[in-house]
Amino acid sequence: MISQSADFIGQSSVVNRKNEAWDCDHYDPPHCSKYNMSLALESSKLLVLAVDLQLVPSHRKQVSLKPESVFLNSSSVVPLVESLAHTQICDCYQCGKCTAGCPMAAGMDVPPTRLIRLLQLGHAKRALEAQAIWQCVSCQTCATRCPKSVDCAGVMDALRQLSAERGFTTRKQQRTLLFQKAFLKNIRRNGRLNELELIGEFKFSTFLHGRSLSFLFKDATLAPELLKRKKFHLVGEKAHDRAVVARIFARCMDNSLL
Amino acid sequence: MNLAYYPGCALHGSSNDYEQSLRACLETLDVQLKEIDDWICCGATAAHSLNQKLSVALPARNLALAENKGFREMLAPCPMCSMQLLKARKALVEDEALRRSMSEIVELEVRGETHVLNLIQLFETIGLDRLKAAVKAPLGSICAACYYGCLLTRPASVVEFDDSEQPRSMEKILEALGGKTVDWNFRTECCGAGMTMANEQTVLDLSHEILSNAAAHGANCLVVACPMCHVNLDMKQPAIERHYGVRHAMPIYYLSDVVGLALGFKPEALGIDRHFVRKA
Repeated sequence: MISQSADFIGQSSVVNRKNEAWDCDHYDPPHCSKYNMSLALESSKLLVLAVDLQLVPSHRKQVSLKPESVFLNSSSVVPLVESLAHTQICDCYQCGKCTAGCPMAAGMDVPPTRLIRLLQLGHAKRALEAQAIWQCVSCQTCATRCPKSVDCAGVMDALRQLSAERGFTTRKQQRTLLFQKAFLKNIRRNGRLNELELIGEFKFSTFLHGRSLSFLFKDATLAPELLKRKKFHLVGEKAHDRAVVARIFARCMDNSLL
Repeated sequence: MNLAYYPGCALHGSSNDYEQSLRACLETLDVQLKEIDDWICCGATAAHSLNQKLSVALPARNLALAENKGFREMLAPCPMCSMQLLKARKALVEDEALRRSMSEIVELEVRGETHVLNLIQLFETIGLDRLKAAVKAPLGSICAACYYGCLLTRPASVVEFDDSEQPRSMEKILEALGGKTVDWNFRTECCGAGMTMANEQTVLDLSHEILSNAAAHGANCLVVACPMCHVNLDMKQPAIERHYGVRHAMPIYYLSDVVGLALGFKPEALGIDRHFVRKA
């Protein structure tokens, strides 16, 4: 263990030097680049060390470090993530502070530190498919605490956007995505959120996807409680100029995605 | 004092009790709120998760509406809204090309000049001395766990408010009003935020820990300044109690509730009677 730690410390400077070189280089899929492969080897040692130190629960599936090639062009995804999040993925030196402070990390398939690592290694598809990006509650702790100012929360946003746009979300992750789509559709239509409509739409769309009757009627008892407290309005507020809202939406996104 | 007011969807929806109490307080303190004409939703988590451009455009439209009326300051009592507005403002100030393209997208010239305040900042601007002088019923029986949650202090580079790890601004207000506060561990932890509908279990787990920690440190209530935190800790508290088989019975107050109580308002005048968890 001790010798491994020493080994790890010795190598970290090598990793940093390589990251510097990587910084000015373009992103290649890992199988194209010699030093990316060697980074992959370094990474496997780091993972072994992380498991040894019990930083990573052993039940978590180990990431196989075979480079992906056929699924999608990773070299295009990473710069896209960086431009959406206004951050540099290669700045991350894997200290693990983001994962340590993340309220959701314990239940994530790929915790934040490793999600960033997957991107560094060019495994974009794995990052886009991770359950974790839909478990993230956007609390901004990771981004605020990062010693290298990597906007990890922004990376999560970028991954969610790309995952949704490119159809990488699996059935299990659908519920959060369906909620967010119902939310955006609602404000595109009304200019402001109509909560009652949103709940109706969200419940209906999850029912169509999962056919779960229990989820459809879950929380139904809350509605009369909210009405009693005058917290629900049967007719919600709307912005007057809803046409401009629709035009803003059309200029920002492909409306067929909603 | 005159300032623009961006209520956001929550305060005109299921968190209208928050608006009721903050309007009561601010009227007494001689602050005139001018609601922005035809404001639109800030997009919240859904926009920043699914479309980065939209998450700048929606708040930019609201900033432009306020700016074009000549407002220099704007109150956004929901931290989600205020963070979205501040994030858009920062991006606009730093990037001239973005200012130009956003002005076209939102059909109004936007410069990012209006300052956005959260409710704590507004009370600070009014001044602790003025608050103290206006107290009619000191908060003697209150021993509060001040809960900041995520977006009041994070991301620090965007909101630039208080200390992101150890904030103290709410405690100072409570203490000025004669209340006591506790030191506890979960002041800036997340309550589950917008996952209330889509992923309820997350909210139950995170909020249960917050309520338990506050109680363990001797708090008899929680004070929040966020509509989402209130929904998760108050409205969901019966569900948390059922799920964990415990009894929290922890009243959750908005900051404007406790300020209002100290200013001499009855709980009903502040909408406290419309909360789910009542004071024991």
